[in-house]
Amino acid sequence: MAAILDNPDLRFAFWALVKCVVILTAMLGVVSYLIYVERKVAGHMQARTGPNRVGPLGLLQPVADILKLFFKEEFIPDAANKIIFHLAPVLAVIPALVSFSVVPVGPNFTVTDINVGLLLFLAMSSLGVYAITLGGWSSNNKYALLGGLRSSAQMISYELALGLSTVGVLLIAGSLSLVDIVRAQEHVWFAVYQPVAFVIFMIAAFAETNRAPFDLPEAEAELVAGFHTEYSSMKWGMFFLGEFMNVITISSIAITLFLGGWNGPWLPDSLKFLWFFLKLGVLLFFFIWVRWTYPRLRYDQLMNLGWKVLLPVALANILVTGTVIHWLGNR
Amino acid sequence: MIAPALFAVFAAIAVVSALSVILQRNPVTSALFLVVTFCSLAGIYLVLHAEFIGMVQVIVYAGAIMVLFLFVIMYLNLGRDIETGLQIALRRGVGWLMGFALLAAGVALFRHPWAAGPPAPPGPPVGNTQAIGLLLYSRYLFPFEVTSMLLLVAMVGVVVIARGRRAPGPAADLPPGAATGAEPRGDA
Repeated sequence: MAAILDNPDLRFAFWALVKCVVILTAMLGVVSYLIYVERKVAGHMQARTGPNRVGPLGLLQPVADILKLFFKEEFIPDAANKIIFHLAPVLAVIPALVSFSVVPVGPNFTVTDINVGLLLFLAMSSLGVYAITLGGWSSNNKYALLGGLRSSAQMISYELALGLSTVGVLLIAGSLSLVDIVRAQEHVWFAVYQPVAFVIFMIAAFAETNRAPFDLPEAEAELVAGFHTEYSSMKWGMFFLGEFMNVITISSIAITLFLGGWNGPWLPDSLKFLWFFLKLGVLLFFFIWVRWTYPRLRYDQLMNLGWKVLLPVALANILVTGTVIHWLGNR
Repeated sequence: MIAPALFAVFAAIAVVSALSVILQRNPVTSALFLVVTFCSLAGIYLVLHAEFIGMVQVIVYAGAIMVLFLFVIMYLNLGRDIETGLQIALRRGVGWLMGFALLAAGVALFRHPWAAGPPAPPGPPVGNTQAIGLLLYSRYLFPFEVTSMLLLVAMVGVVVIARGRRAPGPAADLPPGAATGAEPRGDA
């Protein structure tokens, strides 16, 4: 028995499992209240109060929403491709959760610190396309299909800008491990050295998560509800869950790459994770703020922005960063 | 102990899903099984401690190329192939031929297994991302640059094809200089 407990592999697996459970529960809790916050903020921005009936200040609204989702009747179109129709919502949730496993929350809390953490994030964000594309296709509905096609075009286009904007950070930090990148920002945030990359990353992040002003895959004014037109009950809820989890994950990556991760003054190492959560809160509010402030882009404007503005600027940023680092290194 | 078990799991998934790619009737399902194959290959790379290759496998093949495949299949709404009897016979013949060639190669490899490679050089282990980078920019610099030229040629070709279709439109009557100035750049 003692031999089993001392086995390093098993201990590692056990602790990784515990951390996964903690993160999964925390994510679900945060997402349900993020929806509440989004509705509240939206309400106040439009001079309304937002949800305030269920519980004090409407704080039990998420519970009511989730119960409602579970008890709603589920409708599946007759001509839908059943297996893929069921698979798509699952695929919407998994990539966001997997990429959160490499996010360093605090000095002592990372599920795993692998030496290609950033690449894992990029890989998972590139797999995120499948959920929306397949959801749209399998519904056998023209609006859903158009939403799915738009999403695949949009996400492929913005993935390039997203990936290239992180190269500047890599050049400075010299590592693909997110923990190393955070440690390299102990004194100065990379957003200071890489302001252009930070802006590109954030714009591409909005496009990757299909949030307004880049929410063309759903575009309710022209595509009914876009890729999830035919989804109902908890399957629809899973798409929503996936979208919000993606927002949380990509904000965490933005904090890790550009805003210093857990680094901040005053707090001891064991409490540094509070800085991370503070920054996360600010960025999440930023996502909501933008959604209720900016109108949606037209499709050709979206493509032009991605290919003709963000991509060349990101490439130029890499060139300048590389030149400066070489010059500083040779001095 | 864990690594061989993981290898067996990933290898089994890879083989089963690769078979499903060719046994499925629906092209979308086939494409999805190919994605599963690529992901399990990435898993095998990870078991072999080739983290960089594993992740790039997912990013490039599963994330980019297969999405484009799927995009085209959905966009063209491909159903079953419509081919004449001769084409089917030709395809079957080539298929059997290639299959036997692969089988022969496999049998030959099982008969005479590879000799083990030289042991890893001593010293602190370099992360394999760094090792690949160093190799690409020193020993394999020329092939690397030639590959980028190849991609550039492909990109230029796409632009030419995309613009060529528009030529019979109203812009064709204008002098060449005016046409290139008036049209949007076809680099999307």
